[in-house]
Amino acid sequence: MLTAMDEPTAVLEARHVHRWYGTGSARFHALDDVSLQVRAGESLAVVGKSGSGKSTLMHLLALLDSPDEGDLLVDGVATGDLPARQVQRLRNERFGFVFQQFFLNPAESVLENVVLPLTIAGVPAPARRERGMAVLERFGLADKARNRAIDLSGGQKQRAALSRALVGRPSVVFADEPTGNLDSATGAQVEEELFALNAEGITLVVVTHDEELAARCGRRVSVQDGRLSGGAAA
Amino acid sequence: MRTSDLLRSALRNVRRSRLRTTLTVLALVVGASTLSLTTALGAGVSDYVTRQVDALGADDVLVVTAGSAQTGDGPVTYNPTRSTAAGGGAGLPGAGAAASLTDESVAALQRLSGLRDVRPVRSVALDYVQAGSSPRFELSLSPTGAVAQADLAAGRQLDAAGVADGIVLPQDHVAPLGFAGDAQAVGSEVTLAFTDLTGTQRQVPATVVGVSRSGLLSSGAAVGADFLDSLASQQDAGVGSPGRYPAATARFDPATADVAALKEEVGALGLQAQTIEDQLGVVTTVIAGITGILNAFAVVSLVAAAFGIVNTLLMSVQERTREIGLMKALGMAPRRIFALFSLEAGLIGLLGSVIGVALAAAAGTVISAALVAGPLSGLPGLTLLLFRPQAVVLVVVLIVVIAFLAGTLPARRAARQDPITALRYE
Ligand SMILES: Nc1ncnc2c1ncn2[C@@H]1O[C@H](COP(=O)(O)OP(=O)(O)O)[C@@H](O)[C@H]1O
Ligand SMILES: [Mg+2]
Repeated sequence: MLTAMDEPTAVLEARHVHRWYGTGSARFHALDDVSLQVRAGESLAVVGKSGSGKSTLMHLLALLDSPDEGDLLVDGVATGDLPARQVQRLRNERFGFVFQQFFLNPAESVLENVVLPLTIAGVPAPARRERGMAVLERFGLADKARNRAIDLSGGQKQRAALSRALVGRPSVVFADEPTGNLDSATGAQVEEELFALNAEGITLVVVTHDEELAARCGRRVSVQDGRLSGGAAA
Repeated sequence: MRTSDLLRSALRNVRRSRLRTTLTVLALVVGASTLSLTTALGAGVSDYVTRQVDALGADDVLVVTAGSAQTGDGPVTYNPTRSTAAGGGAGLPGAGAAASLTDESVAALQRLSGLRDVRPVRSVALDYVQAGSSPRFELSLSPTGAVAQADLAAGRQLDAAGVADGIVLPQDHVAPLGFAGDAQAVGSEVTLAFTDLTGTQRQVPATVVGVSRSGLLSSGAAVGADFLDSLASQQDAGVGSPGRYPAATARFDPATADVAALKEEVGALGLQAQTIEDQLGVVTTVIAGITGILNAFAVVSLVAAAFGIVNTLLMSVQERTREIGLMKALGMAPRRIFALFSLEAGLIGLLGSVIGVALAAAAGTVISAALVAGPLSGLPGLTLLLFRPQAVVLVVVLIVVIAFLAGTLPARRAARQDPITALRYE
């Protein structure tokens, strides 16, 4: 990306964000006064122990969840007051998701699974097919386009999920434990793909407790009992 | 998401759990076919009755009988215009079996200004009918044949024929009397024979002016009022009027007369007046009651089927938690998720109702044809099960609407689902 790296813009920002789960005595402070900026084009690793609040933070940054206190901004615009429709549009057009689980629909073909964000956006079928085939080509799955998603191997499934995250040409890709369910060889392959995307200018937010994966990111923050520590460049 | 994509997605999901969908659809099929059969039965029978009434065309005729004055408890006070002495064969629906009209009551009726052409119904008992040298057949003369319009298979109505000795023969007598067909019988001469009070058999010629189909109301042959009177007088053999009649017929002007008021005036004489439609009204009410009950059963089975849809879709929402969560995470609006599940419900409804209605139409047509050819062959022109396109469409629409409504509960649940709960991996 050629935009000035010396004056980075925060594509995502969390300001004094709190998130509680449960009510009464079971009330649990999952995120405690978290402030964080994600700059356009960077790769950020969110690390921490299991249960520390990494996924909760990622869901908030991705506008899948809303904070109990604090603000979340996209391109400097607070999202709390945006109409639901616009938040849905933001997620659909700007964000891509890769989960630890692949969440492929077993009843649909690989291609249909991959173009789901476009289908949701209302893109006409021919354009969907064209763009879907292009990403599948890139991830070496073009010959599997007509197969049912259930017939793919683990690595192929995660590549299909990556294709789905990419097909809408998002500016930010969120990956929650993307290699957690894969053997180390396939994990390494997915890792390569993720950083290839980042090299093309896509902002990357990776939740992981895989040290090696975190080390490859430009920056890391670590979450501990719902609080942010660190944030220095790697 | 485009509507076409929603539809495709709904279609695929309906096909996905085939067994479950099939069972739900089966429940709807039962409800849909029952409802179509009962409405078709109602339509078929009431259509038949309506056509019978229309064929009679006698919307200006009142049939007056010695109505039962017993409206309250206790004994009935004596009324000289009524008589409970054994009357002649009543032969009319609604005519009291025991009570009959007297000359006084006929005279009283004639004095009513709204009525004209008041005639006591006189029954003539024929011995036989014969055409040329054909075999002889028994034949009954319909007492009200003169005022009713015959459901003609050939020829003309009595009053349009312009013949004094005209007779409308029932269709089933045409071939036995040696006529080649209904049309060939018209214009021929037949002989009517009866025995008078003195025991002498008399023969009277009559001209066939029409051939009638037998129906719910018309039975036997019909002759004009004057011809019937002359036959009755001849049968009395000059002894004179018997003084007692099972009923009387009268005409009124349907354009100006208030039928209800006329009936009340007649009622004030201790008699009972009914239009031909009134007499059929009992039949229609009974039919409406029976089809109403059957329809209620059908609707109950549909409600049960609706719970089946709720159950099926709730299970489907449960199973597809992840899928719904993913779609929401990827920016699908809750309204569209709602639409997706409602569409699935509607599709199940459409499938069940179309199959049910088609089955009912196929089975019903066969059953109806078999019944009409067999046990109900005495009612020509009857279509026992009448499948009207509007009724069929209405049944389908009703079931699709019920299915949609049943789908709203699971659809709401799906639309409200929280994406992150669905996507969390524990
Ligand atoms: N819906 C929920 N209700 C109650 N507690 C929750 C819920 N979701 C997450 N938690 C709790 O919040 C904490 C943080 O969860 P999470 O963000 O998933 O952690 P991580 O991704 O770091 O493993 C955990 O202790 C988890 O049990
Ligand atoms: Mg997690």
